Amino acid sequence: MAEFTLPKNSRVKTGKTFKAEGAKNIKMFRIYRWDPDSGENPRVDSYEIDMDRCGPMVLDALLKIKNEIDPTLTFRRSCREGICGSCAMNIDGTNTLACTKSIDEIAGDVKIYPLPHMEVVKDLVPDLTHFYAQYASIKPWLRADTPAPKDSERLQSIEDRKQLDGLYECILCASCSTACPSYWWNSDRYLGPAILMQAYRWVVDSRDEDTGTRLDELEDPFKLYRCHTIMNCTRTCPKGLNPGKAIAELKKLVMARKSG
Amino acid sequence: MHSRPLSPHLQVYRWQITMALSILHRFSGVAISLGLIGMVFWLLALSQGPVVYTQWFGWLASWSGKIVLFLLSLALVYHLCNGLRHLWWDMGKGLTNEGVTRSGLLTVAATFVLTALVWLLAGGAA
Repeated sequence: MAEFTLPKNSRVKTGKTFKAEGAKNIKMFRIYRWDPDSGENPRVDSYEIDMDRCGPMVLDALLKIKNEIDPTLTFRRSCREGICGSCAMNIDGTNTLACTKSIDEIAGDVKIYPLPHMEVVKDLVPDLTHFYAQYASIKPWLRADTPAPKDSERLQSIEDRKQLDGLYECILCASCSTACPSYWWNSDRYLGPAILMQAYRWVVDSRDEDTGTRLDELEDPFKLYRCHTIMNCTRTCPKGLNPGKAIAELKKLVMARKSG
Repeated sequence: MHSRPLSPHLQVYRWQITMALSILHRFSGVAISLGLIGMVFWLLALSQGPVVYTQWFGWLASWSGKIVLFLLSLALVYHLCNGLRHLWWDMGKGLTNEGVTRSGLLTVAATFVLTALVWLLAGGAA
């Protein structure tokens, strides 16, 4: 049964405020903090940032805080150009990548939380173990009995290759899955938009020969059909992809097989 | 090590037109199911003869009864319109950010227009 409120140990308290003395162009960042060593409830700390001395992206501000104001602030980051997916978090109410989200786009205080409805490891770092396990469960690799040609790769026509556009670009940042209310309430059994889009990516791959098994495995009241077309996934995808559409196509393929 | 907290979800996620209309679909579905129970009572009242029926009908014709009926008709029409939207989606159509916003606004507009039409026609018939 869905829990709409936060458990007792997860309710967020007000934390400390860090002032930017002497700064003229100030932007306030309100950031979720949780320290696994203290045992205290999570809190929101407020940091004033001197925007005259800060880069344009939310990640720039986070790095500035960590380097100059509060080294205890913990978050994941790596490529700083929207290709690794590490810095996915909830910024200004929707999920996106801190490195490609411009501070200018945000009116008022910048509120930053970890990806929603996830176990928090520390501060802005969610535990993605289950998400990755769900990815592994769809066996996201080419499954084919036919041996590969001796002298070449498994070739595709231009049209067949086009089927993968808009799917292969996914960086598995988990923004979409953790934006989905269905995933919030049923992530134990529902695969969620990110993983379903990858399932679709292999279903439509002309080189893959295990399409039937892939569709069989999805035909379950929870794995696929907990998608109620809420479409928060597509609205939040920082790469501009469309997991909601991929799921609709998967449902169509499962149905088409039955009537065939 | 202390037990890990659950990160905030509904508390912090910015409401999207998509998720708002989705939960309204669920709520309107529940509302019309309750409305069906009300309809059973109406039929029961009918079977009890004119005295009971007149009492029941008197309540329906009162202001509070009319408000309930109006909300039920609104829920029914919304559920119908949004249901058509779902069928459209199930054909794989209209599933873009622009598409879901447009069809969402259209659904809301159609709900009010069609509900008003129902009441105008019902008013004309009475």
